[in-house]
Amino acid sequence: MSPNARRLLSFLGILAVLVAVWEGYKWMGTATGGVWPGTGIDLPVRTNERSMPHTWDIIIALLRPARRGGDMLLLVLLKAALFTWRSALLGFVLGSAVGFGLGVLFVRSALAERGLMPHVVASQTVPILAIAPILVVWAGRLNVTRWLVVAVVSAYLAFFPVAINTLRGLRSPDATASELMRSYAATPNQVLWKLQVPAALPYLFPALKIAATASIIGAIVGELPASMPDGLGRAILNFAAAFSAAPEKLFASILVASLVGIGFVGIVVLAERILIPPSRRLEDVGEAAGPRGRALKEVVA
Amino acid sequence: MSALSLRGVEKVFNPGSDQEVRAVHGVDLSVERGEFISVIGPSGCGKSTLLRLIGDLTPPSSGTVLVNGKTPAKARLDRDYGMVFQSATLLEWRRVQANVELPLEIMGMDAAERSRQAAAMLELVQLDRFANHYPWQLSGGMQQRVAIARALVFKPSILLMDEPFGALDEMTRERMQSELLRIRAETGTTVVFVTHSIPEAVFLSTRVVIMSPRPGTITEVVDIDLPEPRSDETREDQHFFELLTGVREGLRAVEDS
Repeated sequence: MSPNARRLLSFLGILAVLVAVWEGYKWMGTATGGVWPGTGIDLPVRTNERSMPHTWDIIIALLRPARRGGDMLLLVLLKAALFTWRSALLGFVLGSAVGFGLGVLFVRSALAERGLMPHVVASQTVPILAIAPILVVWAGRLNVTRWLVVAVVSAYLAFFPVAINTLRGLRSPDATASELMRSYAATPNQVLWKLQVPAALPYLFPALKIAATASIIGAIVGELPASMPDGLGRAILNFAAAFSAAPEKLFASILVASLVGIGFVGIVVLAERILIPPSRRLEDVGEAAGPRGRALKEVVA
Repeated sequence: MSALSLRGVEKVFNPGSDQEVRAVHGVDLSVERGEFISVIGPSGCGKSTLLRLIGDLTPPSSGTVLVNGKTPAKARLDRDYGMVFQSATLLEWRRVQANVELPLEIMGMDAAERSRQAAAMLELVQLDRFANHYPWQLSGGMQQRVAIARALVFKPSILLMDEPFGALDEMTRERMQSELLRIRAETGTTVVFVTHSIPEAVFLSTRVVIMSPRPGTITEVVDIDLPEPRSDETREDQHFFELLTGVREGLRAVEDS
């Protein structure tokens, strides 16, 4: 079986297990009246239709009109997701660029690192829910289109992992490699582009995967104070308000939001596969040993 | 003008603190163009530090180092040094050919000329068939030959080598030593070679410099008057063994003191 087929199979297998756990728990709760079997202890989550709709009800809800006579819920959510993804994509690009720039700045200047790093770390401990409305108000005065503001909130979350891992990657070459560059009388820019940046690429991609998911969360959260009429943020807000009447719609939005995240990370993974050979990928080390070992044998033979 | 001239060279790490280390002390040494000098001594005798002082990787605390009559910093900017370390330190994302081209690329040579010179150098180290391989596809000895090709491709006047064959097995090591002598005979490069192997130092060198630790200083310089070119027969020559004994006794005197 090819590695891709195995990966798909394990993904589907785990999905099946998750559905089975959900439905099994629900079935058990319904059978015992909401307590652990044989005890009087309440289950942590109620198993009625309101707290835990059946998984198939969630799927069915996706295929039904969102409101009477309107479009299918799935279509409505996908449209919202596409809208949100536009902000997230811009936020991702913006955030990654800023993160990469900060990494380069830090590796160049210990002073900048000492001075700025605490602020960079602090920026991520402030809840994004508190930052987002402030950014929206500031941008409002500047007359910036609102989806661009949302992109800035998204970039705010995306830049951090990229900055940290870029710095780590730029510092990854051995001291002897730097000394070689010194012996060639290389300029700082040559050291950066010929040694440090190529060495940092394998470190960059895991950070870009985190940035991709963070940028979607940032975009969804950013849409709330920006009172965007479209987007997943608005959809989640609406369906949360109508939760008691139609809980499955909120669960359906969560499902679509996570699918967008998976799709986005998938694009980054694809880029990684194209740009970084297997022997240099940080995550697939186990698989890389295979071809690497084989190639070495061929050379010896 | 000597290729290399050291006068009263001193290197103290962490001066004035309780971790003060006098790594190199009162070193005088003069090396003529085309010489092959090995520096040998027990670990911690400052032999690597001495190499780093020559190569402008660390500044001396006092004394003067002149390379081709210039300061080490000037010599480095003039690209007088080729360096080879114990680890080959090839850039894993570059193919063998591109690794050898790296110094030329940094010096701003145009692509066609760069490619021609790197190919010629790979031929010299007999790795032309592996130009399109990645470093991880090569054995340790082959990687080190690429590192030597990379160090020589821009025709530096001095080759600085810090235990370049230290990580190789004995058989590969002897083959690499013969290779190095052959390459040097073709290029005429002056070599300063740090090692802790007595046979390696004697086989390769025109002179062997013996150093003692704490503080690191030169205790003896042994002339190696073995005939050139040297070959595997040299290693079985009676005089080769006498010279081994001479260097070994010099080192023992250092350890006993």
